Amino acid sequence: MLSRTADHLYWMSRYTERAENMARLLDVTYQMSLVPKSVAAENQNWGAILALNSLEEPFARGYDAVTAENVLRFMISDANNPASIYSCLRAARENAHAVRGTLTSETWEACNSTWIELRSQNFQQIVSGGIEQFFEWVKLRSSVVRGVTFGTMLQDEALHFIRLGGLIERGDNTARILDVKYHVLRSKGDENATDFYQWAALLRSVSAFEVYRKVYRDIITPERVAELLMLRPDMPRSLHACTKGIVRVLRALSNHQSAETERLAGMLHAQIHYARIDDILRQGMHEVLTEFMNHIFNIGEGINRDFLAQL
Amino acid sequence: MGKNYYNEMYDAAGSVRPPYSGYAEWLAEMPAERIASKRAEADIAFRRVGITFAVYGEEAGTERLIPFDIVPRIIPANEWRQLHVALCQRVKALNAFLYDIYHGQEILRAGRIPREQVLNNTQFRPEMIGVDVAAGIYAHIAGVDLVRAGEGEFYVLEDNLRVPSGVSYMIEDRKMMMRLFPELFSRHKVAPVQHYPDMLLENLRTVAPPSAADDPTVVLLTPGAYNSAYFEHAFLAQQMGVELVEGRDLFVSEDTVYMRTTRGPQRVDVIYRRLDDDFLDPRAFRPDSMIGVPGLLSAYRAGKVTLANAIGTGVADDKSIYPYVPDMIRFYLGEEPLLRNVPTYMLRKPEDLKYTLDHLPELVVKEVHGAGGYGMLVGPSSSAAQIEDFRQRILAAPEKYIAQPTLALSNCPTFVESGVAPRHLDLRPFVLSGKEIQLVPGGLTRVALREGSLVVNSSQGGGTKDTWVLED
Repeated sequence: MLSRTADHLYWMSRYTERAENMARLLDVTYQMSLVPKSVAAENQNWGAILALNSLEEPFARGYDAVTAENVLRFMISDANNPASIYSCLRAARENAHAVRGTLTSETWEACNSTWIELRSQNFQQIVSGGIEQFFEWVKLRSSVVRGVTFGTMLQDEALHFIRLGGLIERGDNTARILDVKYHVLRSKGDENATDFYQWAALLRSVSAFEVYRKVYRDIITPERVAELLMLRPDMPRSLHACTKGIVRVLRALSNHQSAETERLAGMLHAQIHYARIDDILRQGMHEVLTEFMNHIFNIGEGINRDFLAQL
Repeated sequence: MGKNYYNEMYDAAGSVRPPYSGYAEWLAEMPAERIASKRAEADIAFRRVGITFAVYGEEAGTERLIPFDIVPRIIPANEWRQLHVALCQRVKALNAFLYDIYHGQEILRAGRIPREQVLNNTQFRPEMIGVDVAAGIYAHIAGVDLVRAGEGEFYVLEDNLRVPSGVSYMIEDRKMMMRLFPELFSRHKVAPVQHYPDMLLENLRTVAPPSAADDPTVVLLTPGAYNSAYFEHAFLAQQMGVELVEGRDLFVSEDTVYMRTTRGPQRVDVIYRRLDDDFLDPRAFRPDSMIGVPGLLSAYRAGKVTLANAIGTGVADDKSIYPYVPDMIRFYLGEEPLLRNVPTYMLRKPEDLKYTLDHLPELVVKEVHGAGGYGMLVGPSSSAAQIEDFRQRILAAPEKYIAQPTLALSNCPTFVESGVAPRHLDLRPFVLSGKEIQLVPGGLTRVALREGSLVVNSSQGGGTKDTWVLED
């Protein structure tokens, strides 16, 4: 397959996944904000989203204060913000457009109609329609694109690159959500009833609330939440599941120059595979997750170099 | 204008012509609401599938739908048979002409065409002299624009031998008609056109260079996603199952063309290119082209790759060469032309210039190198001021223009805002040349949606219709 085609497929998938995860992150922050707390504390949570994506500066150029509404507007509808849901879905559609001949018509149409529908509403309309419904819609559209892709596309190289983009992005995004929320939740130090709602919201944001109940059949504790989202092989958005998928897809795509990238992915997966949550907590969640994100970044660079770069 | 235009559906007495009888009956039975809802359905479907085109001169990235009309243009079997033979004849002669002017130049030596008309033409490519192209074919794909002025009376407007587009609309319009009105297709025997991409691929494979493998690699080269015809490029590549490449995906090494793939370089044998000569190779043509492939001309001249269409075909479809096509047919084939040429005044000739300037309100004036309906004057529908303005432009550089009488283009009932009304149309069949000459029965019918307009180009607000060739 053409390197450029692979590049478009990979980024189409990454941007679709990124939009979905941004919706998840904004959703959990919004849910958490519904639990009573001081205005300052709430604004701090919204500010954390900007910090997570290193967007404080671009944000400050267009908005005067870090408030729920401003951050939501910036992260949902602002065309000047490359990380906004709007920009991600536009980029996903543009990448799909560039390779529409490689996609099945169903996949292309799903991607295109997501964009057309998003474009037809401004931020005010999204808010008045219910912001939670909007997040549900983004997640649903992402599922539709994914479902149609896996349900209609030939299981060849093109699909591998789509999978790879999705897995890299998802691994990175799960780590990010966990990093920012775990940090905020644990730093308070006290155990009370509001915590339950906060942890529940976090689990829901990664579609893991029911899963948690099913797996642990017990009260929600931070350690188990971390374990579920990092180490469980059967949890589809966990770091374990993502790295395992990356290793498999890279094996299928293997070419004459990809050995080093495969090695990096294999090592990262082995680390997660054989890790124990106690050790991770002892080392520090933030440190472990930061290291994980660095590794994912390096694997992404390797993929770019080995398969996608225009030599 | 007071002319008696030929109506495709009704004869002069107002009775339905035989090929349209089934359709007219069906249309009369259709409730207006059903028609309206079907038209809306077509619009939504075209937008959802993304069958759009970009319009130059508007905001970057502007995508528009080409209006689709649900009244088909119907061609009876016997008429199509004649057109088929006539089109093959014309394209065969055009390819013979191209071979000749890049080799022996017999036609120039015989004095049938003035030498300077060919050799000084900006579309003539000296780089191609003496180059042997596979099967001696230059114009593998020709989109010949035809108009009808009366019963069995077809004229060629333009030959379009460079990168003719529109074939995707021919196929998508058929798909849409079958989806909206399946019952019509059980009432009529409409010849299929959907196999065009297969025919094209087969045709391209037959002109692979001799050095190619048994299973030659064909690619489609596009200028990119922002080109006005990108939809068509992607569509054809997908339908043929070949890679859709951009210039940056290809490179030349030792006169062989390769594409960059996730598994390393892969040799390319045939390039169906959808960009103009000027942009193909920055080393040979425009050095500022970012969308070409450096070294491509050299590989091509070495016979390591086939370009479809060949470099330098523009000299044969140039408006200043057009008047000589009937002579080419006589010269190369020894036959009388079966299709008519529109009488053409070449304004570089003083007597033609004088006649044209005296008769501007009756004539159509076109730029010799213009295309897409840009930069032309349609005398009968222009204001005195527009005509005066054009007169000045002609006087400034008469050699840049040709003039033709305004043809009485046929019209066909078409849905417009005020209801169903006659609108002018043309027809672009696509003629494929490889080891043999082939075409699918049909083509792209373009329709001028503005009342009285004779300009059918999509960039000028034209629409399209499904084109039915009926089988016996």
